[in-house]
Amino acid sequence: MRLLPTSLFAAGFLCLAATVPARAEGGATVPPIDNPVVQKECGACHMAYAPQMLPTRSWQAIMGNLGDHFGENASLPASDGATILAYLVAHAGDAPSTANGRRFMRGIPADATPLRITDTRFWKRGHNEISAASFGAPNVKSKANCVACHSGAAAGQYGEEE
Amino acid sequence: MTPARFCLALLATTLLFAQPSFAEPARDAILGQLAAEAKQANPAFAGFSAERGQQFWQAVHTGGRAETPSCTSCHTKDPTAEGRSRAGKAIAPMAVSRTPERFTDAAKVAKWFERNCNTVLGRACSAVEKGDIITYLSAQ
Repeated sequence: MRLLPTSLFAAGFLCLAATVPARAEGGATVPPIDNPVVQKECGACHMAYAPQMLPTRSWQAIMGNLGDHFGENASLPASDGATILAYLVAHAGDAPSTANGRRFMRGIPADATPLRITDTRFWKRGHNEISAASFGAPNVKSKANCVACHSGAAAGQYGEEE
Repeated sequence: MTPARFCLALLATTLLFAQPSFAEPARDAILGQLAAEAKQANPAFAGFSAERGQQFWQAVHTGGRAETPSCTSCHTKDPTAEGRSRAGKAIAPMAVSRTPERFTDAAKVAKWFERNCNTVLGRACSAVEKGDIITYLSAQ
């Protein structure tokens, strides 16, 4: 009977593994952005990205260089910039109050400041089977266009979809 | 004023306000402000031109980002069509006939001219250039 706890544990693990593989496989859910300034200004040219997917230092670097925002001038009135940075920092992947932020931060070296979510290990692992041609398709145009495939992305739902 | 003259004046006033392009006070105020700036920069300024605006809209500029040398890079050559940002997001048509709230929010107009003129031309746009573009797109 010494084996009973072990076998129970093993059986339990197998059941668990059988019921949740889809979640372990891919996709992410984050709380939707609930600040109107962030939603409006960060969502003007692209969807407003989830602040949880980059560390604090990345958002500080991005918001500190809006004059050259990935090749665009995205400058803002100072007060809006401050509002947005405060929100991004409060919800960054390494912010104390961010639930499950660590999975987005995993693999980002402590001395690295990624400026693109697409440069993080979390993103790359979730998209390693997507071809360059798919990202370049006319209705997608760019890796920055999350909603082209993740229709619920604007609401924080980045599930796997066909 | 004779009754006939009064009727003529009334008719002229009615016709003036019946023109759709005169019906948006917020846009007129933005154009008025730009006209004042243009006049200050050049006392010979004689009004905005939709034709010049169209040329500017379609021109291939230098001095800005190589990826976006023209307004049409994102907005397309047809202002009544939907555009697309470099990141792939749809941009509502700039033509006022398609998107009536265009050029009615002074802060929004200032923000986007500052951004896009820097991105496309590598400099700020003049009051004449801005007024010409708004005049062109208001007639589209």
